[in-house]
Amino acid sequence: MSLFFDLLSGSMMITGLVFFVGTVTGMLRFPDFYTRMHAGGKGDTLSTILILLGAAIHVFEDFFYDPLQWGVLLVMVKILAIAAFIMLTSPTSTHALMRAGFEDAHEADETVVDKDQDGPSLEELQSGTWEERS
Amino acid sequence: MNGFILGVAMFILVLVGALLYRVWFGPTAIDRIVAANAIGTKTTVLLVLVGLLFDDVGMFVDFALAYGLLNFMGSLAAARYFQRSEKRAEAGLRHPLPVRSKEDAS
Repeated sequence: MSLFFDLLSGSMMITGLVFFVGTVTGMLRFPDFYTRMHAGGKGDTLSTILILLGAAIHVFEDFFYDPLQWGVLLVMVKILAIAAFIMLTSPTSTHALMRAGFEDAHEADETVVDKDQDGPSLEELQSGTWEERS
Repeated sequence: MNGFILGVAMFILVLVGALLYRVWFGPTAIDRIVAANAIGTKTTVLLVLVGLLFDDVGMFVDFALAYGLLNFMGSLAAARYFQRSEKRAEAGLRHPLPVRSKEDAS
């Protein structure tokens, strides 16, 4: 059974690391502010939650082999509380920062703007001569 | 299992070092704040992992919770500080996002 817990927590930690690698790659290589924010907001939250769940399972293993150790269970509940806290606060701060950047008139890169056929051209967008359809 | 946790913590540290590039060279202020926010979130994880390594998770988990709270408050305060609503109105932007073309970027 010890192998079972080790495999479970280890695989969760490794999955979290994979998502964190995606976060870092996105934040380093994406072209503009909004796409970098997209990578940083989602991947960071998920990788943090996964690694913390792996740590919680690792702690729970001690309780599993030696029950009535309620202190150990309390530590696991605290780790899960941190995970829930991150799950609430990380999207909140991402939202606040994204709003700040949007109000600050940050530029979007040309390569990420959606160009459909009857939409505005790039020049119309930049000069502000495009009238939005009602 | 201890060696594995140590490896995970070292890997997170290396990736955080890569994120420091965005903090140092970030073109805008909010890019830097976002990268610093991600680093702070990962510091919470690192504190829990260090607690696992030292067999004293009960103490380090409290540190991690307090650090996560401080990180959240810090990024919210920074977001409020850098939110300058009048700048967008002054620019008179019709389209919500100003677009940068390849020539401007160079």
